[in-house]
Amino acid sequence: MSSTTSQQQSTKAISIDARGPRFSAGITVVLLSTALITHSAWVLLAQAIVFAIGSFRGPQFTPYALIFRTFVRPRLKGEVPTEDVRPPQFAQTVGLLFALVGLAGAVAHLPLVFTIAVSFALAAAFLNAAFNFCLGCEIYLLLLRLK
Amino acid sequence: MGKTTTVKSLAPILIVLVLASIYGFWYQNTRGKVRSAKSTKNGLNEAILGEPLGSRGTLVQFSSAFCTPCRATRVLIENVVKDLADIKHIEIDAETHLDLVRALDIRSTPTTLFLNSVGVEVGRAIGAPKREQITSAIDSLR
Repeated sequence: MSSTTSQQQSTKAISIDARGPRFSAGITVVLLSTALITHSAWVLLAQAIVFAIGSFRGPQFTPYALIFRTFVRPRLKGEVPTEDVRPPQFAQTVGLLFALVGLAGAVAHLPLVFTIAVSFALAAAFLNAAFNFCLGCEIYLLLLRLK
Repeated sequence: MGKTTTVKSLAPILIVLVLASIYGFWYQNTRGKVRSAKSTKNGLNEAILGEPLGSRGTLVQFSSAFCTPCRATRVLIENVVKDLADIKHIEIDAETHLDLVRALDIRSTPTTLFLNSVGVEVGRAIGAPKREQITSAIDSLR
């Protein structure tokens, strides 16, 4: 009916199981909490690698998604809710940026930079896991408006 | 000293989880609610929106690429308005209409504006509205 609708349909966006990214966000919360409490750059590095895979290849290719597919999805019942892969992929990119800032803080011996960067990434992952928060919905347009 | 270090490093995570929870509950409570608009600006029209308005009212939905609930919102609104000849649904890609987005102060997607018959915004829902929220907002359009 509307022109936007036909444009979106013609791009044929990839759809994935909507429960996967939320499950992955839960594991991300555990990793980032560990990094924050122990001030471990190695734990943050591991999470940064996961973010990088999710950002460049897609959230359905991360080790967390593999855990979801192998152990969690077979136990879930009911209709599979699907969603466009682009919003969670965007969130992975934002997570990667915060992780890189945190790692830079660790390398430069700036613990406050590490703490703040990991805190923001943790807040976003926690909101996603606990409240089904859509990061792309809330910040993408604001970023575009800054231009 | 060991104890102080532990407390120091537990403080950030507690602050993050408490603040994020407060925001999360606010987020869940406000998304989708239709708030009546106090806008006294001139109405929107076909020249701005690219499509004609509905004779009784129009729902203008702003969507973006990185938005999970936009598709569900579109499907739901189209389903609600398909039997209403005098109400129209227009979906606008926020990214390619940034001037309009700024003029209307759209901050997140989906944001749905409820326009009356002359195109004046009378209500606004930020986030995905529920079916009852859409129908009751449409009922008050004239």
